[in-house]
Amino acid sequence: MSDATVARAGAQPNAAAPPAGEARLQVRALGKHFGAVQALSDVDLDLPAGQVTALCGDNGAGKTVLTKCIAGIFQPDDGQILWEGKPVHIRSPRDAAHLGIETVYQDLALADNLDIVQNMFLARERLRGGLLDEDAMERDAAETLASLRVTTVRSIRQPVGSLSGGQRQSVAVAKAVMWNSKLVLLDEPTAALGVVQTKMVLDLVRRLRDRGLAVMVISHNLNDVFEVADRIAVLYLGRMVIQDAASAFDRQRVVQYMTSGGTNGSG
Amino acid sequence: MARVEAPELPPDPTAATKVAELEVPPEIVAQTLGEYLRAWAARVRAGDSGVLPVIAGLAVITVVFQAISPHHVFLSALNLVNLFQQSAVFMVLAMAEGFVLLLGEIDLSVGYVAAVGGVIGVQLVQPATTRWPWWAAVVAALLACALIGAAQGTLITRLKLPSFVVTLAGFLIFNGVVLILLLLGPFSGYPSLLGDDSNRQVLYHLMWGTIDPLAGWIGMIVIVAGLGLALWLRDTRRRRSGLVAPPLGLTLLKIVLMAIVGLTVVAICNINRANIGTVAGVPWVIPIVLAVLGAWTVLLQRTRFGRYVYAIGGNPEAARRAGIKLASIRTWAFVICSFTAGIGGLLYASYLGGMSNNVNGGQLVLYAVAAAVIGGTSLFGGRGKVMHGALGGLVIGGIYNGMYLLGLDVQWQFIVTGLVLLSAVTIDALSRRGATTGSVAHV
Repeated sequence: MSDATVARAGAQPNAAAPPAGEARLQVRALGKHFGAVQALSDVDLDLPAGQVTALCGDNGAGKTVLTKCIAGIFQPDDGQILWEGKPVHIRSPRDAAHLGIETVYQDLALADNLDIVQNMFLARERLRGGLLDEDAMERDAAETLASLRVTTVRSIRQPVGSLSGGQRQSVAVAKAVMWNSKLVLLDEPTAALGVVQTKMVLDLVRRLRDRGLAVMVISHNLNDVFEVADRIAVLYLGRMVIQDAASAFDRQRVVQYMTSGGTNGSG
Repeated sequence: MARVEAPELPPDPTAATKVAELEVPPEIVAQTLGEYLRAWAARVRAGDSGVLPVIAGLAVITVVFQAISPHHVFLSALNLVNLFQQSAVFMVLAMAEGFVLLLGEIDLSVGYVAAVGGVIGVQLVQPATTRWPWWAAVVAALLACALIGAAQGTLITRLKLPSFVVTLAGFLIFNGVVLILLLLGPFSGYPSLLGDDSNRQVLYHLMWGTIDPLAGWIGMIVIVAGLGLALWLRDTRRRRSGLVAPPLGLTLLKIVLMAIVGLTVVAICNINRANIGTVAGVPWVIPIVLAVLGAWTVLLQRTRFGRYVYAIGGNPEAARRAGIKLASIRTWAFVICSFTAGIGGLLYASYLGGMSNNVNGGQLVLYAVAAAVIGGTSLFGGRGKVMHGALGGLVIGGIYNGMYLLGLDVQWQFIVTGLVLLSAVTIDALSRRGATTGSVAHV
């Protein structure tokens, strides 16, 4: 998979980690506990614009908790979150959306009985004269999907329940970028997808980055991580053990960080 | 023999497309009416039958009862109007129940909540006691029902109690409340709507009053023309701007069908149906039921509230994450359910010409749920339309009416209705399973 770097080289001016001050979102010394369980402690994370940051870690390392703290579902107990340099309190998913942070969860959070347009505009419906403006919503949804080159769906009026896994994931991502979002968090975007569909979703992730969005991908799958990530951050037992440009890692090193929190000898 | 190395094949894309094709609404894949019908047939074969079973059910009921009813009276003008009047309460209660079924909840209290609304309306217009004007009595009855819905909905959503249990308690409580309200005043538990004072007459005429035949024709033409024009303009506008729209032929077909139904209904109602003297004209209950159907269809299909009801029924977690306030939408759905039940209760009181302790709220709620499900509303939430409740109510009314014509006792009516309900819920579960396996197959 060495040609992953080639794929990355094209549109990307600088794949190295920028100075921390430029990152769109910065997490500083974040802590979160549930009762006696310390899920996160003293976590730092930078999510720069125009780059894909992969958040790696074994099961229970705290990836999901960290994501939910950024997405406004959990409130951190310690530390702070800086958005474009300013400290913010993200108290709800609405707060997060207001800042421009959108999250695509592993279970996609799409309603199967609604069609693509209805899902993409869920809770942000356009109105005309107090009634839903279906025409405007359909046009905008079609435009967004076309701009992301999500073209495999037969019609944007088909129920989401009738889509394939990759198409569902694409709709979920397109929904997230519709709202002038600046940071997109993707939780295991390729889990349970086939080869072709995984490629489709990873291409989509690259397009988000090329649009200048900050993207964070949570993934177990190191193939995917090395395929799209510009930066890699590794959580181990609730601590951030390393974050650096993807070029600074090889697969072996990431696995060592994930499984033991460090590299023997060289770390 | 050349050995072919199997390359890393992607999952067969055509297979997935085929499955998906079946689940796509036919208006999406079709450019012409012929294509539409073929896509629709494919969808029905795949188990997603829409309103087909209930329409087929209505057709079977009509044919069977027309054939075996004494003197073939089933399709007589008198009986058809009668049938609609009998069905109206089931239709309205089923439309009420539909709101909570869409959320994946249930309301077992609609029967007695309806009875509460009915008895309040009847009691308040009594000239011997309160003497309220009819409109104030109607408002009070509907408001009381809405408050009941708000109370039950609040318990269910804020305290997170199961709707089954809360509304089962409501079933018992409001049964008792109805009995108490009935005994108020000097009516020995039988407040009546029969009398020549205008307030009681208005309530009595909700069900039994008729519209002047000419006015009936004009009203029907205005409604059909208005709806037809709106449908035509919407579909042509969407076709012109390249949005998903049904083929032209289908739009025309819908308008023609609507006109045929309108003409038939008014024509039948305007036949003199009395044995002695003249009784003709569309009964007021028809526009009342149509108004409920129209208003709630707009609410569910064209407003944010309706969209959120479907979203919550389909995936509550998705709705919550999108920022929808689940508790308030759910509570409002219970309010609307009980409010609509109140309308049903007033029609029920009007049908009976008063209220008495004969009111069987238990049977009414079972018929309401049955009608909604027979019509095509899913018991699992997220699928169904207001129209489904109305059609299901007609099926139940048709069975009720046909059995009565045959002189069969109530036990047979129960059994047949039960069997129809069983088949409806089987269709619901099977089509649901079909849809699930379909999506698993091409994940």
